[in-house]
Amino acid sequence: MSEPASLEVRDLSLNAGAAALVRGASFRLGSGAFVALLGPNGAGKTSLIRGALGLIKPSAGWARIDGREAATLSPAQRARRVAYLPQRRPLAWPNRVRDVVALGRFAHGAALGRLGAADAAAVDRAIAACGLADLAERRTDTLSGGELARVHSARVFASGAPLLIADEPTAALDPRRQFEILDLIRSFTAQGGGALVALHDVPLAARYATRMIWMKEGRILADGPPEETVTAERLRAVYGVRALVEEGRITFLGAA
Amino acid sequence: MTAAEERRAGGAEIGGRDRALIAGLSAATLAAVFCACLLGSTPLAPSRVLGAFFGVGAPGDLVVVWSIRLPRAAAAFLVGAALGLSGAALQGLLRNPLAEPGVLGVSACASLAATLSLAFGIVAFSPWALPIAAILGALAATGLIAAAALRTASVVTLILIGVGLSSFAGAAMTLLLNLAPNPFSLADLVNWMLGSVANRSFEDIALAAPFMALGAALLIGSGRGLSALTLGEEAASGVGLDLKRQRIVTVIGAGLATGAAVALAGAIGFVGIVAPHLVRPWVDHDPARSLIPAALLAGLILVLADIGVRLAPTAQELKLGVVAALIGAPAFVWIAMARRAAYE
Repeated sequence: MSEPASLEVRDLSLNAGAAALVRGASFRLGSGAFVALLGPNGAGKTSLIRGALGLIKPSAGWARIDGREAATLSPAQRARRVAYLPQRRPLAWPNRVRDVVALGRFAHGAALGRLGAADAAAVDRAIAACGLADLAERRTDTLSGGELARVHSARVFASGAPLLIADEPTAALDPRRQFEILDLIRSFTAQGGGALVALHDVPLAARYATRMIWMKEGRILADGPPEETVTAERLRAVYGVRALVEEGRITFLGAA
Repeated sequence: MTAAEERRAGGAEIGGRDRALIAGLSAATLAAVFCACLLGSTPLAPSRVLGAFFGVGAPGDLVVVWSIRLPRAAAAFLVGAALGLSGAALQGLLRNPLAEPGVLGVSACASLAATLSLAFGIVAFSPWALPIAAILGALAATGLIAAAALRTASVVTLILIGVGLSSFAGAAMTLLLNLAPNPFSLADLVNWMLGSVANRSFEDIALAAPFMALGAALLIGSGRGLSALTLGEEAASGVGLDLKRQRIVTVIGAGLATGAAVALAGAIGFVGIVAPHLVRPWVDHDPARSLIPAALLAGLILVLADIGVRLAPTAQELKLGVVAALIGAPAFVWIAMARRAAYE
């Protein structure tokens, strides 16, 4: 996390056939930022993430990682700059926890079962940081959902990439596990990392994020710190809910 | 010793365990090949086989060992190894333990292409015609399945496509059987459909081995990417895997190895499922580390099965492919049923 890195998206539009997934989106992710990406289902959060990583070809605009067009980076070059935790996280085989975390070192040439010293050290650090030391030798098919979420987080942190993009890392977790995962991401950004995290829980996002990007129907409606962008009007406009916002506290009243 | 050092020592031990597994399987394979040279219609004493290995001994022994039993055992091993390796790699690529050249219809298409080259007399032009035809058939099938894999995440769909390919290839081969002009070519066709390593020579092996070696090199060289695919395609690409390249290399590698195996022995099914399945728990379910042990174990299984075929007191020799299917098909059903319980 030593060298500063940046991800920049400018006027990015993404289409799937005739349907527009993202329209004219611009934002920047740099060192030290914890950016929450918010919006209702189908707002285009996942598409924006995939476009920012260069996984979907833009129909207009661009996405750059460290100044280079994202789509022109090789997957390994991209992985060394941005760690990516997708929304769907299937594990095909019942591997050991340590091996799954070690896959985070793939872009550094790590091969399972015979890690080099630098890779092994990064895996050890990530396992310790995510509180997985006692589970390191366990098979992943014996873990709970909360434990698996920490394994995936450790996999992402083991990469040592200066930027992190996580798509709903707290989905289907109980409140305590959600705090655990977001605490891990916050300590990552506190040490100079930059994180873009798609979340559904607005109060939780407001608590952790340094900036919030609000999306609806493929457009970014607002981008700013929680204290400026969390308003009752915005919650109505973005999510279609009635809510009270008082001194940063959010109370949902119902569908608008 | 700190905890981290202890864990790293543990890591070194894992690497050692992989090596021990490979060494053990290699030793067992050598022993099985040696037994294959001992046993047969006229059993040879170990001393006579050893003598023949080093080129000394009765001329009759030399012929039996070097022209009959050793090439046959070597063919069984190479065919098994190529199918085991292809099976393990395809399972890694498709993230499913039921993927295998036989189940996916790759072997059947290779068989069909080989049979076509026989039926239309293309083999008369060059001894390479048949292995190349089989490989083209295998590549066509693997390519089709990989293309289908781009459209669907469902391995059930892929396996059904394989069933379709197998049925089509089987029907086309039956048609060729019906139209076969003479009994000699009929016997040839039956060999391709059922699979056998009887009467194989080192010349036959030499025609298939280069393609097997190339396929094996591609599959083993790209094994690391199969480990990454454990995470699913999106996350595998996220950790730095070039998905498109991985698919192409695995498809070509499996096509070369399977096609060459079929060129040598016809279609032999299921060994590519059973061997990786047995190996996986010993390599922490890592697709990359399962490749070489799965190849060795599949080769060993076919050498042993072929010894069984030769020793079985039947009027007509059993076909190796039939025996492999008799053992392998129930194993396939069992793995499929166990998986349903564990994953769904």
